[in-house]
Formats: sequence, structure tokens, C-alpha cells
Amino acid sequence: MTSFHEFIHMGGFAFYVWTSYAIFALIFAWNVFQPLFHQRRVRERLARRSRGMPR
Amino acid sequence: MTPTRRRRLIFAVLLIGGIGTAVALGAYAFRQNLFYFYSPTQVAEGDAPPNHPFRIGGLVEKGSLKRNGMTVHFMVTDTAKSVPVVYTGILPDLFREGQGIVAEGHLNRSGVFVASRVLAKHDSTYMPPEVARALKRAHAREAAAARTKAAEAGAARTKAAEAGAR
Amino acid sequence: MKRVQRGEVAIPTSITRRLWAFFHRLASPRYFYELAGKLVPWLGWGTVLLLAAGLYGGLWFAPADYQQGDAYRIIFIHVPAAWMSLFVYVLMAGAGFIGLVWRIKIADVVAKTCAPIGASFAFLTLCTGSLWGKPMWGTYWVWDARLTSELILLFLYLGYIALESAIEDRRTAARASSVLALVGVVNIPIIHYSVDWWHTLHQGPTVFKLGGPSISLDMLVPLLLMTLAFKLFFFTMLLVRARTEVLEREANSAWVRETVTSQ
Repeated sequence: MTSFHEFIHMGGFAFYVWTSYAIFALIFAWNVFQPLFHQRRVRERLARRSRGMPR
Repeated sequence: MTPTRRRRLIFAVLLIGGIGTAVALGAYAFRQNLFYFYSPTQVAEGDAPPNHPFRIGGLVEKGSLKRNGMTVHFMVTDTAKSVPVVYTGILPDLFREGQGIVAEGHLNRSGVFVASRVLAKHDSTYMPPEVARALKRAHAREAAAARTKAAEAGAARTKAAEAGAR
Repeated sequence: MKRVQRGEVAIPTSITRRLWAFFHRLASPRYFYELAGKLVPWLGWGTVLLLAAGLYGGLWFAPADYQQGDAYRIIFIHVPAAWMSLFVYVLMAGAGFIGLVWRIKIADVVAKTCAPIGASFAFLTLCTGSLWGKPMWGTYWVWDARLTSELILLFLYLGYIALESAIEDRRTAARASSVLALVGVVNIPIIHYSVDWWHTLHQGPTVFKLGGPSISLDMLVPLLLMTLAFKLFFFTMLLVRARTEVLEREANSAWVRETVTSQ
């Protein structure tokens, strides 16, 4: 790669290359955020439960 | 129906559906398509199904490619046997002489494979174009060197024969 | 109390005994939870660095291919994703096996948390392969042995997830799904060797084969960087998921109640 235009253009295969990388980014993002949100939900649920429970 | 039960039901259906599909696909793929394509040798030996569409795979023989508008004629070869192929339509970018291809279609009475679809098979080698060109040049040089050597050896033999005759 | 435990395992001298002691401690949910919590940031930042290097190398630095031009750049996500989809499955089945035989809770947790990540890798493999197949082969999909067996791998992951979550009782769920995972292991060598055993449209192996890799070094290095990035990413997210799972499973123990209410 020598120029930004060349980089975007991907020798005419821009659609295939960039769609692949977009799916990759989405899947990685899902893999990061889904467990983090899930963990927060679980912690909140358990915290509520254990506050209502005698120690 | 309680939400838990409905959830279980949905999961059970998904599970059965999923496994069913997987097994069906597996059976389909591994019975009929265990070999995704037949080689020209297999076709020549009559292994390919007669009166049935099938796929043939091999290399496009060098020097055999003839274009006639949208129709192309070429030989597909596995270096042992070759089968003539005719195809009308759009070819993949990688299609060229010497390239591995897979063609779908059937054999006609005169032994020509009439393709309805042509797919390109690419090799598992990756390198920059400069390296590929350099390799090609090196091969050409080697071949030329081998030819000169053979010619020299031939000339030497003739000389020796002449000397012997004298 | 933790002090005393540490003192106890510090006594054995040989390395094997120490390793055993480590595994025994690892099997304790609390120790696992704490150790995983310490490892996650390191693995996470390692992933970020390796991904940055791999993406720069693959998308900018590496030259175009002599046959496929720039389309081959899909390799830098397709191949690591494919390798990982197999690796994660083997790990899942292995953990499931340990859970089945030795009834170690952490093994069940690891097996369960492998599944969604592995499924996402298999899905990514199929999507990117399809997008690579269209410009190069001339088709998005063919039913050849390699593509079909990878699709079956995705179904195995989904079947595992469905089965695991359909059964209420955790132990029964773990047992049943581990059996499914173990049955599915047959598919792994089929995927790997499909290109050698049968005629396929998919090409043969590039990196792991006799005579060494047939890929130029400035393409191989980004590929290996991306593979390492995928591996680190997997372990990071595995630990994050496993920690949540441990909290849920140990919800009634004192340390979990302390942990969740302290923040």
C-alpha cells in the first residue's frame, strides 16, 4: 500500500475485503460487550438478592 | 404455558431442528458430494455418472483456450488425461491457462463436457507479484540452461560419433 | 485463611507437585475468580497491541498477492478465525471431558463459556470465507467437504448452547452437553483433513504442511500476529465470561455475597 486511496480501493475488491473486516469488527465488539453487560446484570441481581438475605 | 416451559420448548425445537439439519446436510454432502469433482482421468475411466450432471476439476491446459464471443473452449487436464470443455457465460477473475478450475455440467455424446458453471480453484501459495515474476524468470533461466546443456551434450555426442567414424 | 492455604502448598518441592497443587487451587472457584480477574487486563491489552500490529501488517504493510491481488487480505481474519474455531472446540470438549470424569466445577464453567465464543469464530470463518469465495472462486458457497464440515461445526456449537441452556439442573446440563461436545470431536479431523482426503474447491493447507509454509514472509508475519491476537482475545473473553458464571454458580457462598455487595 502506498496511498490512502489505494488502501480504500483494495485493488477493486473493496466490497469483499471491507465487508469481511466489518463483520470481524462487529463479532469482536459483540464478544466484548455482551459478557460485560451480562456480568453487570448478574452482579446487580446477586447484590439485590444477598442484601435481602441474612448474612 | 409458563415462560420457563415455553423457553424449554423453543430450545428443544431448536435443538432437534439444528441437529436434524446438521445430520441431513452431512448425509447429503458426504454421500453425493464426497468428491466435490471428478478428475479427467476418472472421467476417462468412466467413473463419472453417465446421463447425470457432475463436476470436473483440473488445470486449464496451456494453449488450449479459444474464445468465441461469450463462449470459451478449452481442455481441462490432470496432466495424465484431458477432457474438452465448452462454456458460455461469465468466467471468474482467476480463470486463465494453467489455472485450476472446477466446471459443473455434463458430457455430451461426442465426449465434450458442456459446462453450465465454471469456478476457479486457487492454489495455497501466497506471494507478492515481484517474487512471482522473479521465480518465473529463474525457472525460465533454468530451463534455458538445461536446453543449452542438452544441446552441448548432443553436439559433443555428434562430434564423438564423427570422430569414431573417422 | 488464604495465607494458611498458600503456606500449605508452598511445602512441596518438586515441580510436578507444585503444578498439581496449582491445579487443585485452580479448581477452587474463588481462587479461579481472583486469578482470572488479575489476568484479564494483561490479556486484554496484549490483544489490543497484537491486533493493532496484525491489522497494520495485514492491511497496509503486506504486499498484494501475485494471483489474488488485494482480495487475499481476507486471509488475515479468515484463517485465524478458522483455526480458533477448531481450537476452541477441542478445548470445550476437553474441559467437558474433565467435567464428566472428575466432576470439577471450573471445567464445566470453561466448557460452557467456550461455546458462544467458538460459535462466533465459526460464524466469522463462514462469512469471511464466503466473501473471499465470491471474487476468487466465482461463488459465495459450494457444498464441498471443507465448507460443509465447517458449517456442521457451527451447528455443533449451536446445538451445544441450546442443549446446555434447555436443561435446568446445572449438573445434568453439563453432563449432557459434554457428551454432545465429545461426540462432535469426530468432526475436527474431518475439517482439517477434508482438503487432503477429498477433492474440494477449497485449496489445501498453506502454513502447516510438508516443506514449510508456502506464503511469503511479509504475509506470514501479519497472519501469525493476527492468530496470536485471536488466541489472546479468546482467553480474555473466556475468563470474563467464566468469572460471571462462577459468581452465578457460587451465589450462595459468603465470598460471592461479599464480592457483589462490596461494589
